[in-house]
Amino acid sequence: MIEASALTKIFHDRKRGQIRAADGVAFRCEPGRIFGLLGVNGAGKTTCLRLLATILRPTSGTAAVNGFDIVREPEKVRASIGFLSTATALYGRLTAYEVVEYFGRLHGLEDGALRPRINALFETLEMNDFRDRRCDKLSTGMKQKTSIARTLVHDPPVMIFDEPTLGLDVLTARAVLGFIRDCGRRGKTVIFSTHVMSEAEKLCDAIAIIHGGRILADGTLAQLRQRAGVEGLEDIFIKAVEEHA
Amino acid sequence: MNLRPLAIVYRKELRDLLRDWRTIMSMVIVPVVVVPALILGILKIVSVTMKERPQVMVLGAEGSPETAAALRRLKKFDFVPAGPDYTNLISNKKIRAAVEIPKDFDAAVEGDRKATVHIYTYEGEPKSMLAAQQLEEFFQHRRQAMVRRRLLERMLPETLATPYDIQRTNVASPRQVSGLVIGMILPYLMIVMCLAGAIYPAVDLTAGEKERGTLETLLCSPVARTHLVLGKGLVVLTVSLATAVLSVSSNGAALVFLKSGSAARLPLALDPLALAGVCAMMIPLAVFLSALAVAVGLFARSSKEANTYLQPMLLLAIVPAIVAALPGVEFNYGLALVPILNISLLCKELLTGACHWGHVLVVFGSMTLYAALAVAAAVALFKRESVLFRT
Repeated sequence: MIEASALTKIFHDRKRGQIRAADGVAFRCEPGRIFGLLGVNGAGKTTCLRLLATILRPTSGTAAVNGFDIVREPEKVRASIGFLSTATALYGRLTAYEVVEYFGRLHGLEDGALRPRINALFETLEMNDFRDRRCDKLSTGMKQKTSIARTLVHDPPVMIFDEPTLGLDVLTARAVLGFIRDCGRRGKTVIFSTHVMSEAEKLCDAIAIIHGGRILADGTLAQLRQRAGVEGLEDIFIKAVEEHA
Repeated sequence: MNLRPLAIVYRKELRDLLRDWRTIMSMVIVPVVVVPALILGILKIVSVTMKERPQVMVLGAEGSPETAAALRRLKKFDFVPAGPDYTNLISNKKIRAAVEIPKDFDAAVEGDRKATVHIYTYEGEPKSMLAAQQLEEFFQHRRQAMVRRRLLERMLPETLATPYDIQRTNVASPRQVSGLVIGMILPYLMIVMCLAGAIYPAVDLTAGEKERGTLETLLCSPVARTHLVLGKGLVVLTVSLATAVLSVSSNGAALVFLKSGSAARLPLALDPLALAGVCAMMIPLAVFLSALAVAVGLFARSSKEANTYLQPMLLLAIVPAIVAALPGVEFNYGLALVPILNISLLCKELLTGACHWGHVLVVFGSMTLYAALAVAAAVALFKRESVLFRT
């Protein structure tokens, strides 16, 4: 479960002054459901997800992730999440196995539990062919699988995906989306940001439209259609943005 | 403090770093192979140059055959035929010096008339200076022999021309002599190698991680940021100390090799306790430099920017090390508070056996304080979003 209330993040820039990257953001993600954060580049999606992952501290407001407060219990929050984004790269000089093992250890897993867990993940994700290959020698698809294994090694109840298909080819992107869907089916709380309407339409149980750091509309796709009076998600998005312009 | 996460970060960062050939290059190849090879190479060139027989021209020898013949009997020089363009030849380094013996030189000195020998050189050119020095020694020996012969002929005592002798005697022990020489070189080498060894890993583990996008991956882990940055700092410290130790050991081995060869006069007698003291002093210094390098690396947006900041820092560290080696710069309690300079001065004192416990305590205490401040700065920077996500 993720519950954000009045989550605000203000950055100070010498040239542009104050930037409200997240402005009173509030939403609720339920376990077993995929929650989509839909917005254009610079809308505040990454900031919101970084706040939830406790990589950034909110200026005001807060959120509870798996029952832990992001301001007061950041380490417990991080122990409960798997965070995957295009900015979370892999260590090029370590092998795929070593990367996953390292993050397993950082999450406090002992050898007895860690080894079978990694073996199972490598089996499921079909990674055994390249388990001992250095990450800088892996293809994009192999890297993405390794990143997924890295986020899952401690079996977190909450998964946060920040534009996980950005820059991927069709086949790899499809596999990643399948993996996200699978996380939802397995009862995990999933939050997923994208600017690709079709991905959100296919994958999400609930969607929040974010623009200029603010949530403009949220609900199930059916609810959004009903409120906007238009059918396609792209039209719903444009209408929401224009109404708040 | 739970040390397990710190140990996990340390092991991973060290393994990651040691797989990079640039680390091996800066930690092992440069200090163990390149620097000693360069030193040995330079000393070899100097030794060969010193053994080389300088080409010398003798002018006006025909009027003084006896002196000219004695000069030519010397195996130290290669004599070239006399010619009018000797100044050009010296300036163009074709010959190293020319000596002009007046035409009636032999007759003049035998007749008790004053005569002057001219030596033409290229001032400041080492080979020319060496040739001139050898020529001067030749004429000085002949003059002394001549004075002794004249005094003998006139039944006068030798003390008439030389009323007294001057003799210099070294009262310092071989350890003190060694300590003075090595005390000037060793701290300089250790300071430079400590920092040089810290720069690459510090940049790679901070600004390098920002560039590669692995820092955000790491920040997603539940490990406290203090543990993360301390783990990285410990790796930088390990590489820094390893570089310094390898460098000093390999250069020491090169020195021993030299001592068994041509440079047998080099003093080499050090107090093991003093050496241990120098090594102990290097620990707070290495912590200070490593933490400073990590803090700078964290602040930088990219590896390039970090290197731009750290290269001048290397120069800044070298200056106090050089100042400490200057004659007249002695230890005092004011200088004991100047980082790096205090270590250099104290090491000089330790190695010459002139050190007091008070000095050791002040320097160790002040350097430990500076090291702690640098570590605190690195930890504080690692907790600042504006630094970690600086674009």
